[in-house]
Amino acid sequence: MRTCGATPGGPDLAGVDLANQSVIQGTVLRGGVSDGVPNGAPVDNAYVRLLDSTGEFTAEVPTNSDGQFRFFAAPGSWTVIVLAHEARAELKVEAQKGTPANLIIQI
Amino acid sequence: MSRSSSLVSIDWVQENLANKNVVIVEVDEDTSLYEKGHIQGAITFHWRDDLQDGLIRDLISKEKFEALLSKSGISNDSTVILYGGNNNWFATYAFWYFKIYGHQDVRLIDGGRKLWELKGLPLVTEVPTLTASRYVAKERDNSIRTFRDQVVAAIGIKNIVDVRSPQEFSGELAAPAHLPQEGGQIKGHIPSAKNIPWSKAANEDGTFKSNDELTEIYKSAGVDFTKETIAYCRIGERSAFSWFVLHELLNLQNISNYDGSWTEYGSLVGVPVAVGA
Repeated sequence: MRTCGATPGGPDLAGVDLANQSVIQGTVLRGGVSDGVPNGAPVDNAYVRLLDSTGEFTAEVPTNSDGQFRFFAAPGSWTVIVLAHEARAELKVEAQKGTPANLIIQI
Repeated sequence: MSRSSSLVSIDWVQENLANKNVVIVEVDEDTSLYEKGHIQGAITFHWRDDLQDGLIRDLISKEKFEALLSKSGISNDSTVILYGGNNNWFATYAFWYFKIYGHQDVRLIDGGRKLWELKGLPLVTEVPTLTASRYVAKERDNSIRTFRDQVVAAIGIKNIVDVRSPQEFSGELAAPAHLPQEGGQIKGHIPSAKNIPWSKAANEDGTFKSNDELTEIYKSAGVDFTKETIAYCRIGERSAFSWFVLHELLNLQNISNYDGSWTEYGSLVGVPVAVGA
């Protein structure tokens, strides 16, 4: 379970040049919502796919042991798809330089 | 080569886990995956430490390839089954490598590690005990490998297929979106290249599309199957995937992988470069 007070979203951004990178990142959690806040267990073997605004596949990463993933995209509109054992999620996201898109994805 | 001789299903793998003539090899971009868990009995090759020369930028020598396979217990008559993460990118690179050195029976798991995990099939952490063999490789088959001068000479003449993402092809990105956008190369693509991303050949679960679908994808993008075809990407792994599709699944001849790819071409002085879609 994710502990109360843990930083939501993707992995630590130390060392990432946010001024020049358009980061899309997040955490994949399975089940569990407490008072409207996602509170499930991190999914460490999910596959996260990034599609561009035309639906063209751009990249795919597996989640890490904390259920986290990160993409270095270009500014603009993207679709993120999460695949895991017996689960699939899809959502739209905007990427921009300077501020990372931090996602929490429930499956 | 054909789909049936180059590709196996995860069902086939489960039925052959105890087959003594089968050696399963995992090859990943993220080399920590094997330690976290792998198919029972599988060994692993490290794409850089095992498969790159280390001093110069090249494949390992025939002698080093023989030593690697010998210590891994792979014989000339072994059935080598390759799989990996990232939609089998590095596994198809290893497949191409086995073909460069003339291994007879090498096959790829359709869907690779991703499908295995999505199906919830078991992964183990125990590493098999290996009995060394005496592997003898053939001389390199460079008919499936292209070098920079051949690529420059092929502009506007042969099919050149850029299998990177549209953003890398157009010059918007310098590397795949899961990697930092660094690198000394300029951005863009080889003039006359058709952008057919490797991913068009794969289903969402990592399996390959049907041969009819694959043929249509390449033909509709303007690839003339009567001509020679050169595939390239950034460092030669994704293009090994597309080489596998064309050479092994569609059984086309005169398909080669330019493994120098954009990290070499984009650093060459004075060669032509195109940008945009």
